[in-house]
Order: sequence, then C-alpha cells, then structure tokens
Amino acid sequence: MPEQTSSLMLNTSHLTMRFGGLTAVNDFNLEIRKNEIVGLIGPNGAGKTTAFNVITGMYRPSEGKVLFGGRDITGMKPHGITALGIARTFQNIRLFKEMSVLENVLVACHMSIDTGLFGATLHLPGYRSRESEARRFSMELLEQVGLAHLAYEKGTSLPYGQQRRLEIVRALATKPKILLLDEPAAGMNPQESIELMDFIRKIRDEFDLTIFLIEHHMQVVMGVCERMYVLDYGVTIAHGDPASIQKNPKVIEAYLGVD
Amino acid sequence: MNAATQEKTIALPRNRLYSVIAVAAFILLAFIADRFFDAFTLRVFNLCAIYIVLALSLNLLNGFTGLFSLGHAGFMAVGAYVSALLTMSPQLKDMNYFLVPIVPWLHHVTIPFLPALIIAGLVSALVGFLIGAPVLRLRDDYLAIATLGFGEIIRVLITNAQPITNGAQGLKGLPRFSTTFAVWTVAGLVILFMALLMRSSYGRAMKAVRDDELAAEAMGINVFRVKVTSFTVSSFLAGVGGALLGHMITTIDPKMFTFMLTFNILLIVVLGGTGSISGSVISAVVVTILMEALRFLDEPMNLIIFKTQGMPGLRMVVFSILLMVMIIYRQRGLMGNKEFSWDMLRDLFVKKGRKGGDHA
Amino acid sequence: MTLSLLFQHIVNALSLGSLYALIAIGYTMVYGILRLINFAHGDVFMLGAYVAFYGITLVSLPWWAALLVSIVFTAFFGIGLEKVAYKPLRDSPRISIMISAIGASFLLESLGVLIFGGRPKGVPVPDVLSKVLHFGSVSMITVSLLIPLFTFALLGVLLWIVNKTKTGMAMRAVSTDIEAARLMAVDVNRIVSFTFGIGSLLAAFGGIMWSFKYPQLNPLMGVMPGLKCFIAAVIGGIGSIGGAVLGGFLLGIIEIMMVAFLPTLSGYRDAFAFILLIVVLLVKPTGLLGKRQAEKV
Ligand SMILES: Nc1ncnc2c1ncn2[C@@H]1O[C@H](COP(=O)(O)OP(=O)(O)OP(=O)(O)O)[C@@H](O)[C@H]1O
Ligand SMILES: [Mg+2]
Repeated sequence: MPEQTSSLMLNTSHLTMRFGGLTAVNDFNLEIRKNEIVGLIGPNGAGKTTAFNVITGMYRPSEGKVLFGGRDITGMKPHGITALGIARTFQNIRLFKEMSVLENVLVACHMSIDTGLFGATLHLPGYRSRESEARRFSMELLEQVGLAHLAYEKGTSLPYGQQRRLEIVRALATKPKILLLDEPAAGMNPQESIELMDFIRKIRDEFDLTIFLIEHHMQVVMGVCERMYVLDYGVTIAHGDPASIQKNPKVIEAYLGVD
Repeated sequence: MNAATQEKTIALPRNRLYSVIAVAAFILLAFIADRFFDAFTLRVFNLCAIYIVLALSLNLLNGFTGLFSLGHAGFMAVGAYVSALLTMSPQLKDMNYFLVPIVPWLHHVTIPFLPALIIAGLVSALVGFLIGAPVLRLRDDYLAIATLGFGEIIRVLITNAQPITNGAQGLKGLPRFSTTFAVWTVAGLVILFMALLMRSSYGRAMKAVRDDELAAEAMGINVFRVKVTSFTVSSFLAGVGGALLGHMITTIDPKMFTFMLTFNILLIVVLGGTGSISGSVISAVVVTILMEALRFLDEPMNLIIFKTQGMPGLRMVVFSILLMVMIIYRQRGLMGNKEFSWDMLRDLFVKKGRKGGDHA
Repeated sequence: MTLSLLFQHIVNALSLGSLYALIAIGYTMVYGILRLINFAHGDVFMLGAYVAFYGITLVSLPWWAALLVSIVFTAFFGIGLEKVAYKPLRDSPRISIMISAIGASFLLESLGVLIFGGRPKGVPVPDVLSKVLHFGSVSMITVSLLIPLFTFALLGVLLWIVNKTKTGMAMRAVSTDIEAARLMAVDVNRIVSFTFGIGSLLAAFGGIMWSFKYPQLNPLMGVMPGLKCFIAAVIGGIGSIGGAVLGGFLLGIIEIMMVAFLPTLSGYRDAFAFILLIVVLLVKPTGLLGKRQAEKV
C-alpha cells in the first residue's frame, strides 16, 4: 500500500558509522513511511544494531544524517530523541534489574510525569495527578499484553519471552510514533514467534505506530514486514518486499556465505 | 494469593498504628535522653542522628543513583566551615584568627543557626553542582577517584585559605547549636525527604539510572541531569550534616575532613545495605554506637586482673575487617535494597514459630 | 637560580619520579588485569619500608639483605592480599571489589598503627647511601643518584618479563580479554597472583628507597604517594606500563619544579596532582599512552 511521500516518518541519508578501521554501517539510506512495518536483516555483525544505535542517538554517526519527520536529529541525545517519539528495545534485554514489572513501565512514563525533584518529592497535586494517570496507563498497557497479573513481580524474574514483551511495553510507554525492535523474537520458540508477529501488527494498529525491526527469524520478518533492508558488512545489499528479497541472489549468497 | 492480599489490607491500618507508636516512643526516648543521659551518652545519641543524615546523603548517590563518590568529606567540610563562619561572634573570630586576621567581610557576620545551616547546605550544594557537572561524565572507578580528588582539593584549599578559614589551626569554640532537638529534627526531615523522594517518579528515575544508564536514557530520562541533581542534593545533605557535626564537636580543622571520614560513612552505607533508607538508619545508629563503644580498644585498659596498654589502631582494624567481611560475604548489607516494614519483622518471628508458613 | 641548584633539582625530580614510577606500575598492572584500583597498594609500599626497617634495626641485617627480605616478603604479602580480599569478589560489581580494596587499605594502615606504632620512626640510612657526593659545586646524596639507576634496571627486567617470557605473554592476554585468555587455557589465577607479586615487589622496593631518601616512617606514609601514583598511572594511560613510568616521572618532575620555582604554591602541592588528574580525566580519559575502548550497547 504505497502512501504519499509526505508521510515520510524516518529516513537516513548516507549514514555511516566507523569504529577505528571498521565500517559497521556504510552509506545507509533508509526511508520509512508512517504505519509501515519495515525489517532490517543481515548476517551476524552486519551492522544492524549499530544502525539502531546511530538512529537513536547512542552513537554519533561518522557521516550522514538521521531525519525524523523531516527534522534533522543527528547528534541529539538519546533521551531527546525518545522524547520526539522514537522508542526502542535492546537485543540483549536491558530491564531495570531491581524493579518490578510495573516500575519498569513507570520509568518510561517519567517524561510525562516529571514535575521536577521537589514537585515529585513533595507529591504536589500536579505531580499526583500525573503519577496516577501514569499508573493507570501503565497497568492498561500491561493488561493488553497479558502481563498485568505480574505487575509486582521483579522484571528480570520473568521468563525470557515475557521479558522481551515487557521491553516492548516499556518502549510503548514512552508514547512513541515509531518503535525500533532489535531481534524481538530472539530466544522464542516458533509458537511464541507467531504470537509475537500478531502482537506487532496489533500494536501497530492500536497505537497508530510505525515499526522498524531487526530479526533473524526469517519466518517472522517475512511474515510481518511489508518491506525490508538487507545489510552485509555494513553495506545495504538489497531492499524491497519480502518476495523479491527471498529471491535476491546477493541476499542468498550473504546468508549462505556466513551461516 | 487472595488470602495474602486480604491479610495485607487488614494489616495496613495496624502497621500504621505500629509506626505511629514507634515514632511517639522515639520522641519520648529523645526527651528522656535529653534530660537524663550523661553528657557522653547524649553525645553518642545525637551523633547517631548526624550520621543518619550523612549516611543517607551518601546512599542517595551510592545506593540509589549508582554513583560511586568518595569526596563526601569535602562537602561536609564546606558545610561545617560555612555554618561556623556564619554563626561565630566577632569576638570569637578574633580569638581564633591570631596568626592571620580574618577578612573584614566575614568578621562581622553573625546570623542565627537555622539560616546558617540552610546556607551551609546551599553552598555545599553549589560546590557539588560545580564539581558534578564536569565529573559526572566519568563512570565507576574513575568517578570515585575524581571525587576523591575533589575532596582532597577542597581540603587543601581550606588549609591554604587562611584569611577565610584560619588554615590548619582550624576553628575553635563553635556555638553548641547541635542540640538533641536540632539534630533529630534534621534527621527526621531527611529520612522523610528520602522516603518520599524514593517513592516518587524522580526516585524511580534515579534507580533506573543506577540499574542501567543506557536503558534509562532510551526511556527518555535525561541521565546526566538526574546524576547532577542527585549529586547536588547529596552535597546539600552532606553540607548540612557537616555543619551539624561542627556545632556538636565545636572544633573543626581541615584534618578532620580526610578520606577517613568518608570511609566511616561508606562503612555505614555498605553495612546497612546500599539502596535501603532504613538500612542506612539502622546501620548509622549501630556503627556510631560501636565506634564510640569500642573507643576503649584504643585506650589503656584496667581490667582488675590485668592491665593492657592502649592499643591505638585496634578500633579501626575492627571496622576495616567488618567492612571487608560484609562486602565479601554479604554484599547487599543488612537490608539489601529492601526497606524495613512491620510485616518483615513479623515474618521474622513467624518464620521462627512455624517453619515455611505461607511463603511458598 | 644557579646552574648547580637547577641540576640538584633535576636529580631530585628524577629520583622522586622514579619512586612514583615504581609504585605506579603496580597500579597499572593490576588495573590492566582486574580493572581494579588497588587502594591498598600505597599501604603495601608502607609495609615494604617497615619490614626493611625492622630487618635493619631489630635483626641487624645489612641494608641490602633487609631490602631483599622485605621485597620478597612484600611480594608474597601482595599475593595473599589478592587471594583474601579481591579474589572472592572477582565476579562481583566493580564497586564491591573497590570497597574491599578501600577496606584493605584502612586495615593495613590501622594494623600499621597497631603493630608499628603511630609515632614516626627515624630510619638509619646506611652510610653508602647517605654519602654526600660533590660534583664541582653540585652536591647530592648517593641514594638520589642510585634510585633512578635501580629503577631503570628494574624496568628493563620488567619489560623483558612482560614482552619476552611466556608468563608475560599470558599477562598481556589476560589484560586484553580475561575470558578469551581463560579459554586459551591460561591459568588466570596464577597470572593474577604473579601480577600482584611483581607490583608489590616494586612497591616495596620503592618504599624502602623512599625511606632512605626521606628517612622517616609512619603507618600513613603510603597514603599520599599511593594516591599520587594512581594518578600518575591514569595520566600515563592506565593499563600501560610505559604510561605509568611516563606519568610517574612527569608527576615527580612537575612537583619538584613547582616547589622549587613557585614556592608560594607549595601549600597546594598535594592538590596539584588531583587537579592534574581531573584535567586528564576530562580531556583525555585514556591518558597519554592509553588506548581507547568504546562501550558496546
Ligand atoms: N562500540 C563498538 N566499538 C567497536 N566495534 C563495534 C562497536 N559496536 C559494534 N561494533 C562492531 O560493528 C560490527 C557490527 O555490529 P552490530 O552489533 O551492529 O552487528 P549486528 O548486525 O547487530 O549483529 P548481530 O546479528 O550479531 O546482532 C561488528 O563487527 C561489531 O563488532
Ligand atoms: Mg545486533
């Protein structure tokens, strides 16, 4: 379903990231439109996570630009980028280890609650209403993904699949416009992966989201993504719809060559 | 599950009652202490309050924000000196500054204790802010060593700024403002402040920074600002604690504020459990009492049957070993990152009564 | 300022720099392997000086024998310290092991007060070392000249060990990547012990020489040199032996020259090292010779 170019959500131009002599991402040109689900695939070490890190401001790119809704966000701090509406999950789950499931989500609401140190400490009325609103919102989110009954458990004590889910909920709690998922199906069994695909589509529709995801499980990417980019050694070797990617000889070679 | 929650809802008002009783009992104790304790015991009792303030201020950094700072003594020094200089009378200053006269603008300043205490905290907070802004870009051990460095720099500056601080001679005869009422009121307020802060969204943000900086940043938290805020607030509290300490001991000099003082506070925080307010409170009381009670170790003893020579150093040997044993065998300290609750106390006894109980 | 005075300052600066370098090496090697600031290192330096002192005064050993006994003893002491205080925490958060190190440091200092006594002790400097040499108008004591010479000799041996021997290679492997080294069947515990042994040996040697040059002992004598040498190691680039040497000499030279040429600032001598540290940490956190390590997300 091609849409007008005016709804271009996230794009990068000539994005390049070097670590010393290694070029982890090379001249990456991304275009994602509103409400799309776009995949990013490639063999291990291809530079996928690095691309995410540059987009979300964790690294400053060596060259190139990141534009969000047409606005240049290159070099902004990660928290500023999150505030603009880009949320992400991590490949190696990074939950707050001393916190309950609910608190993990509440942390992500901090932006919307923050009334400064004193307002918060003194529990001033303005703070109170925002805090209780955030609690309601967080519980609602947890409810939707079936984690509400675990709200007071420690986040890191959940089984792996639920931890990944919690990471997604946490990202959703920042009220993003676009969600970046780094290998959301890693460590899941096929059954869970299929559920995850449905879940991703569901949140896209329900929260009016755009989704950009990295995935190794071919089943997941092919099933859920409308378009995808393929990286190999930092270079974009292909992009297009799943069917054309599957047939692309370069892609087949990259995967066979490594795995 | 359901039965347990039900039990909790019943237990809630009862626990609140316990808390009210405990606080009332403590206030009564404070009154009794103030009236009837001998000078030494009362001093130890009040020292506990000051160490509670200091321990909480370090725990805010170390336990709640995950910033390892070793410069606490420096901020205490700032607070102690500011409050001393603001409250001492001109005559007293004349008596102290016999080598180099005091700068004129400080000579005639004498203000009451309360504003002096607040200004002491604020100046200390300002110093903390100025130091924190550059230093908090560093992590872990680098942060530790840099804050340690700043602590030493502050001390050297105080030693050398003779016309202001009276240098190495220090200041003697500070007014005895640290009364039982003053120190315990401050301690109570600080405990309350910390408890409320840690329950708030800002406290959660601090804990998020401690648990995982990158994830916190990705959740939209301005990690750097949270760190600087935490550092500044902690410096404020350290300054207040230092001021209280000065007005209790009534003599301050730069040698008092060495790394050793930071060590004592660190010991309290580690023993009590980094990340636990009640842990710090309990540990501050226990360690302060032990520190004073074990003073006899350093002094000559006369135990009827045999006399011992004084063994200076033995007391610190005991405390160093205590710290190491704790960190090696029970890293989380007394309370871990949990808080005291009446349920916890009851569980402790119930567990003894019927093993296993309802804890599956 | 006369030329001879300047020359004298240079010799003093070199010998202080050498002592700093000797201690800084211990910090840098331990940090390179365990990522630990061994706060107790300065106190190991103190211990070395005391052991030699008692060797000379109590057992009447000749000074060189006392020196040998002391450095061997201190080396084993360093190995033991690691086993007791740091090894149980190797997989704990770095802050825990640092707290243990701080505890160990205070323990050694207060044990020092308890056992050696808190009062400073005068060191009987052997005649050979305290002889005053005259070169024209320049006069200096032998020990000031010998310290740099000994230091360079020890450095030569150390560099040979690190670069040419199998153990040295294993040390470098462990400091690059402790897990990978373990997989390559390097006995990590042995290497860590070896590192602590060498570091403590050098610190003891430094401590003894220090006590001959500034002939007074007290249980807290290791605190300031300890901190400063850690700073020297950071300035040079922590993890790098060459960096530690460079940092040590730099700090020693700057300190002596500052006191010599800007005597009004001498009260700030101890603060100076810390200011330098903070500047380096903020401007070039990897130090002069350190390598950059980016953190992976
Ligand atoms: N901070 C860093 N410093 C140095 N090199 C890095 C850094 N981050 C990533 N790299 C390197 O960049 C390359 C790409 O890494 P990246 O993590 O982006 O790969 P990936 O496509 O996500 O792989 P995987 O499927 O294994 O997650 C790798 O060679 C990696 O070692
Ligand atoms: Mg990756």
